[in-house]
Amino acid sequence: MGFLQFIWDGIWAVLSLGNFALIKILLIANIILITVSYLVYFERKISAWTQNRIGPNRVGWRGALQPFADVFKLLLKEDIVPEKANKPLHTLAPFIALFVAFSTYAVLPIGPAIQIGEETVNLVVADINMGILYVLALTSIGVYAITFAGYSSGSKYSLLGGIRSSAQMISYEVSMGFSIAGVVMMAESLSPIKIVESQSGLLWNALIQPIGFITFVVAAFAETNRLPFDLPEAEPELVGGFHTEYSSMKFAGFFLAEYANMIIASAMIITLYLGGWQIPYIETLNLGTTVTTILQISAFMVKMGALLFFFIWVRWSIPRFRYDQLMSLGWKVMFPLSLLNVVYVAVIIMLFNV
Amino acid sequence: MAVKKRAKDLNILEKLYIPEIVKGMTLTLKNMFRPRVTMEYPEQKFEPPASYRGRPVLVQEQDAGERCVACGLCSRVCPALAIEVQANETDREKERFPEKFEINMLRCIFCGFCEEVCPEEAIVMSKDYELVYTNREDAIYGKDKLLVPVEQLQDRIDYLRNFK
Repeated sequence: MGFLQFIWDGIWAVLSLGNFALIKILLIANIILITVSYLVYFERKISAWTQNRIGPNRVGWRGALQPFADVFKLLLKEDIVPEKANKPLHTLAPFIALFVAFSTYAVLPIGPAIQIGEETVNLVVADINMGILYVLALTSIGVYAITFAGYSSGSKYSLLGGIRSSAQMISYEVSMGFSIAGVVMMAESLSPIKIVESQSGLLWNALIQPIGFITFVVAAFAETNRLPFDLPEAEPELVGGFHTEYSSMKFAGFFLAEYANMIIASAMIITLYLGGWQIPYIETLNLGTTVTTILQISAFMVKMGALLFFFIWVRWSIPRFRYDQLMSLGWKVMFPLSLLNVVYVAVIIMLFNV
Repeated sequence: MAVKKRAKDLNILEKLYIPEIVKGMTLTLKNMFRPRVTMEYPEQKFEPPASYRGRPVLVQEQDAGERCVACGLCSRVCPALAIEVQANETDREKERFPEKFEINMLRCIFCGFCEEVCPEEAIVMSKDYELVYTNREDAIYGKDKLLVPVEQLQDRIDYLRNFK
């Protein structure tokens, strides 16, 4: 028994490294993968519903196994690299996209800290005190994935898609940054956990600074290349945009990254503006710690689901912007609005001494 | 670049863009709860109206065999040259009958001219739209596939009598 105990201690020591980081990474990576595959399924379902169709319903119960069929199909496809492609970059691009999509989630909390034995476990992979900056930095790297993909494919459509996307993402990152500035000023911290805790009760940032909320949501749509701003892959003009020359699992990589980015964007919106995992005034109900925690985690999931639905819903409702309209919206409307929001938040802080 | 004036300028509310977005989104949301129009094909089949032009078939009477007298008008009028008729004679009351009647379904364009020109009401367009073959030989329909009992075609024949 002594030996087994020794091995168990070893395993426990590895597992509990950095506040159980390994377990949490494993959990979150898998949750994201499964959510992404079902997000694709729901995207198709919701698109069908908005157009009075039924949607996928052949594989499994009401088409529930459709995502697996899709993945299987993509795996069996031939992986074509164009002759004129810059091969290393062409291979690297989807991996950057995936890396960014998965590593960003490390700092976003899905629930309050829980007690396991003597240990306090934060429901976030890495509790770093400048988590928001980390997210911004990584999403900026995400631009490279698309730019590389566009540049290395050796196709004019891909190149145009890549250029558009880098211009778009850089423009909208500005208003995104300034919207976040308002939130950071309210919370007096860059740590996502502190930001969530600062929005206790009904002090949600979405209610306090609605302008910032709107500019952030719009910027989030632009950053994830979702429909009103999906110029990098505008099908009628650019074939498939930056992923025109991709096939098989490399294409699946971009596809996966796009949907994982949606999840991250929703998680960011929840953390920054919708009070994270908090339910307003739940502590007045005296439900006990365990029940409260479970309720709060499910509140996070519900908010997440609602936002993801919103993302898909917007995609099937709103037509795409023209490129010059996109740029003028970004620089002439969203940027001044987000600046205005910073001033507004400063005034609020001065007046109410929050 | 010359700036063209719009036919209709947007008013303030429309320029704000958000009310218009909300309008569009409520429309799609409403649509999500409307009944689905999809027909789930293999389980649920489309029953075409009498005016539908499916594959052309030969009318077969209960006891007298086919109505066709092999005049060859259909073959003559067919713009796609899909019909081939070879006549023969018998001792029956109706002296002529088609020895061979073939429609190449790869050529047929479902125009219905054969039906229009037929003096005997012997070739009509059916409601059959499920045409599947795996090679070119199978696509040439002979008399065995073309002859259809008259009861099944009554719909179309009535329609022709009313509107032709």
